[in-house]
Amino acid sequence: MERAGIRDILTVSALNERIKTLLEEGFALVWVEGEVSNLRRPASGHLYFTLKDAKSQIRAVIFRNPFARSRGRTSDFALEEGMSVVCRGRLTVYPPRGEYQLIIDAVEPRGLGALQKAFEQLKARLEAEGLFAAGRKKPLPFLPARIGVVTSPTGAVVRDILTVTRRRFPSVNILIAPVRVQGPEAPAEIIRALGDLQTVPNVDVIILARGGGSLEDLAPFNDEGVARAIARSRIPVISAVGHETDFTIADFTADLRAPTPSAAAEQALPLRAELMESVGSLRLRLIRRRRQETERLRERLAGFLKRLRDPKRRLADIRIALDDFGERMRISVARLQAARRREWQNLVLRLGHKSPRGRIVEYRTLLGGLGKSLGALWEKQAQRRKDRVRSALALLDSLSPLAVLRRGYSITRLLPEGVILRRADSAAVGRDISVLLSAGRLEAKITKIFKEQADGEGKI
Amino acid sequence: MAKERFEEALGKLEEIVRRMEAGEMTLEESLKAFEEGIRLSRLCAKKLDEADRRVDLLLREEGELAIRPFTGEEREG
Repeated sequence: MERAGIRDILTVSALNERIKTLLEEGFALVWVEGEVSNLRRPASGHLYFTLKDAKSQIRAVIFRNPFARSRGRTSDFALEEGMSVVCRGRLTVYPPRGEYQLIIDAVEPRGLGALQKAFEQLKARLEAEGLFAAGRKKPLPFLPARIGVVTSPTGAVVRDILTVTRRRFPSVNILIAPVRVQGPEAPAEIIRALGDLQTVPNVDVIILARGGGSLEDLAPFNDEGVARAIARSRIPVISAVGHETDFTIADFTADLRAPTPSAAAEQALPLRAELMESVGSLRLRLIRRRRQETERLRERLAGFLKRLRDPKRRLADIRIALDDFGERMRISVARLQAARRREWQNLVLRLGHKSPRGRIVEYRTLLGGLGKSLGALWEKQAQRRKDRVRSALALLDSLSPLAVLRRGYSITRLLPEGVILRRADSAAVGRDISVLLSAGRLEAKITKIFKEQADGEGKI
Repeated sequence: MAKERFEEALGKLEEIVRRMEAGEMTLEESLKAFEEGIRLSRLCAKKLDEADRRVDLLLREEGELAIRPFTGEEREG
């Protein structure tokens, strides 16, 4: 070996080739356990990361296709920063750079990595000690005069805190205690800053903050000394270590844990606008209440005054009321009278329509007329009758047998019957007869009868 | 110190309003309380109206604590 070392002068390439052969043959298949760190996923889809434990690290790659295919694993298993894993792979050497790395073809999650284990142990110990107890948590001040900020003086964290505090409450002072939040010096600096802030007047709340990072980046916040410094602080501490889901020991120990530095600033300060509003509304309630009170008293007073009236006024009131009643009575009586009068007039009118007087006059007139026409009619009738009688008399006179008798004729009647004898043979000898003459009458006895004579003896 | 005045003043103001609204006071008391309430509300409003603040750095210079103005804020905007 010595000879070879002296005699054979190798080129770099040759050396790397020999190393490559040695490593790749010697570690053709290894299982290795560690924590995933610095995970990168470029567009190629391959995964590059560092596998590490507390003391050492090695570079590793998972080529996309072999991993996906050969394993046939549950597809939802994805590597994450800080995850503890067990990997199967082989070592490869990359001669152009003289670097070596693990090419991993299988990976599975491991329970808890060593860092995580240490974390859990410390957490359990401090918890048992009562450092996280709710009873230890100090209440935050309502409105701090000054906010102490333990963080890096550069970068987004301090800027976010300044922005949010100014927006919420512009008049609150900020005192930044600059520290390194990463690396081996970080815990000591944080511890000293926390201690220093205790001595500055008017610091009423402390925000301990940093942006997000991997678990090892957050190591200072999982430091026991830092945890104890937080617990010692007489000023309430808000931790804002910038991990939404992962809690650090500092988070558990702090009086309040905020998910981000901005959230911590919000927790530390009330919103000025809200306070102004509540002051305004209290003032308004105060004024309104006083006004109501005054109004109520005034009303009560008015009520008493009303009941305290002068009896003279009461008399006057009664007098007025009496007058009023009298007037109203008069009016109502008059109104009643008028109504009755109207009723009466109406009745009279209706009665007038029903009176017989008119009809009597009417009838009387009619009667008068009728009497007159009856008289006239009567006269006329009488005249006519008189005329008729007169002419009838004349006729009668002309027709009267008496007139015939006056001319010499006589009428012979058979007695006692009175039957007028027109034929001689209608009589019998011995019968009594009455002969009516123009003047006077004769009674005689038939002594002889003569039948119809041819010579007309009977001629008068 | 100033903040305690604010917080206390706000607390007192709330108490006064509560008591007045509860009608627990005599007229005399309520007039006094009203004046005090108005005074407190002015105090609170004044405190809220203050707009300036200081941003400082807490430094150790030769082992001694020193407060120096923080100049990084101008760069924010």
